[in-house]
Amino acid sequence: MSALDTEAAVASAVPDGRRRRRPMAGSLLVGGLIVSVVLGMALLSFVWTPHDPTLVNPSARLEKPSLEYWFGTDKFGRDVFSQLLMGSRTTLFVGFVAVGVAALVGVPLGIVAGMAPRWFGELLMRGNDLLLAFPALLLAIMFAAVYGAGTLVAMVAIGIASIPNFARLIRGGTLQVMKTEYVIAARAAGRGPFAIGLRHVLPNVSSLVIVQASVGFAIAVLAEAALSFLGFGTPPPTPSWGRMLQESQEMLSSAPRLAVFPGIAIAVAVLGFNLLGDGLRDRFDPKLEDRR
Amino acid sequence: MAEQPTSATLAPGSKTGPVDAISVRDVTRDYRRPRTSLLRPSPPVHALRGVSFTIPQGQRFGIVGESGCGKSTLLRILAGLDRPTSGSVAIDGRDITGLRERQLRFVRERLQLVFQDPMSSLDPRMRVGDIVAEPLVAQGHRNRRERVAELLEAVGLQADAADRYPHQFSGGQRQRISIARALAPRPKIIVADEPVSALDVSVRAQVLNLIADLVDELSLTLVFVSHDLSVVRHVCDRVAVMHDGQIVETGSTEQVYEEPQHSYTRRLIAAVPTLGKALSGVSAADLNREYRP
Repeated sequence: MSALDTEAAVASAVPDGRRRRRPMAGSLLVGGLIVSVVLGMALLSFVWTPHDPTLVNPSARLEKPSLEYWFGTDKFGRDVFSQLLMGSRTTLFVGFVAVGVAALVGVPLGIVAGMAPRWFGELLMRGNDLLLAFPALLLAIMFAAVYGAGTLVAMVAIGIASIPNFARLIRGGTLQVMKTEYVIAARAAGRGPFAIGLRHVLPNVSSLVIVQASVGFAIAVLAEAALSFLGFGTPPPTPSWGRMLQESQEMLSSAPRLAVFPGIAIAVAVLGFNLLGDGLRDRFDPKLEDRR
Repeated sequence: MAEQPTSATLAPGSKTGPVDAISVRDVTRDYRRPRTSLLRPSPPVHALRGVSFTIPQGQRFGIVGESGCGKSTLLRILAGLDRPTSGSVAIDGRDITGLRERQLRFVRERLQLVFQDPMSSLDPRMRVGDIVAEPLVAQGHRNRRERVAELLEAVGLQADAADRYPHQFSGGQRQRISIARALAPRPKIIVADEPVSALDVSVRAQVLNLIADLVDELSLTLVFVSHDLSVVRHVCDRVAVMHDGQIVETGSTEQVYEEPQHSYTRRLIAAVPTLGKALSGVSAADLNREYRP
């Protein structure tokens, strides 16, 4: 009995992960901060912008940054800061749509392909490979040609093109989870495949989903910028960081700041989502909990 | 599911009085390795070749053998998680070979497993309470919270363990959680696959005693698999020795231990380290030389 007591004592010495407040990881803090700033900018743009971001003002063309125009104006006299605020909406919209489409289809597909009989899983994955071989931007341009250029159309296309990345990654994770003894135990307990997928596989591949989602978010933001740059993304006059970059191109030698501000915004937002993904993965992994 | 016994499922028990908890008849299981040659199919691996035994209700049956002898394959087949290539397995007199998952419900209710590695047999993302309650959820039991608290107490864990995650427990405690989960749906048969092999020697005896006590208390049938004969001797009444996918010897634990008939069994027993042998300078290398047939 005394040995049992020792075991109990050891157990109580192990800190309770729920109650103890752990120091927040740096990446989570910085990533969270950046993403909140982008989110804050988007919310702010609904109620206030210093100027109308779409107002063309020939008398204030290519103004330098000043108290009136914080980040200056572009070649049409539109306020750059106001455009950045409005553009953050497009950026968030773009990320959520693309990642949403990719994850909602890709994750279940990956789990099914990992749990199904081997031949069926392989069949799904070969189809997946076909889609994977198709360039995302080309698919987006095709969609734009068929359905007309627009942010939503472009991002649904980017989302569809990202499905194979999710499916492939999640299938790999699922195959690993399905080999574990806790899944065998669940089967022996009488759990059906649906419950095993939902209660065991999904939580255990969730860190993969989070990381892939943050990467996907970053890719989507870049893709939107690239498509807008090519004229297949967000149509004018809706402000978009990508199109701001494109419009600054011809002014690059005379007014490089027009490229710098949206460029920094894109880079920092992409970095923020990546950091947030890393931080969330570490935080959600209960095994890492006590090691920090 | 249809629960009424058919004439076929009752057959083994109808003549011999009480039905055997488990009866295994001439079970074989072949695996196919991935092809290594374009021209010839790869040779099959015979994991089990003609295994037969019966375990009466309430017996503690040990299966001993080295790793790779087919023990784990046999367990998976007993639990209805794998299908034999040929032969048949009956649980409580009902043949389970060739049944669909939905028809295996009675096996899920009557037979539960305890695994070797308490690290990988508990889902790291689930709270202990949910892990223990899983068979109850799967089988639609009510009053799960009370049952979980009762089970945790029965295996010597505190009630607040239910809200914590598996990694917050030691190996011995995790194996207790695993045992609690196995007992949750009130099974009649417990199949334990090397339940103490991954544990420190210091907590082995505790977990073994816990298993032995619970089996007695709840009058369960125990199938206990181990590579360690001394562990099996501690817990089991009868033992089968497996080698190369076959059972080479069966008998009461004392009989097999005191008068081993098969040369493999003799080697296995000689491999159990004792203080006397260690002091007289016997090394592992001597085993093969002395006891090879």
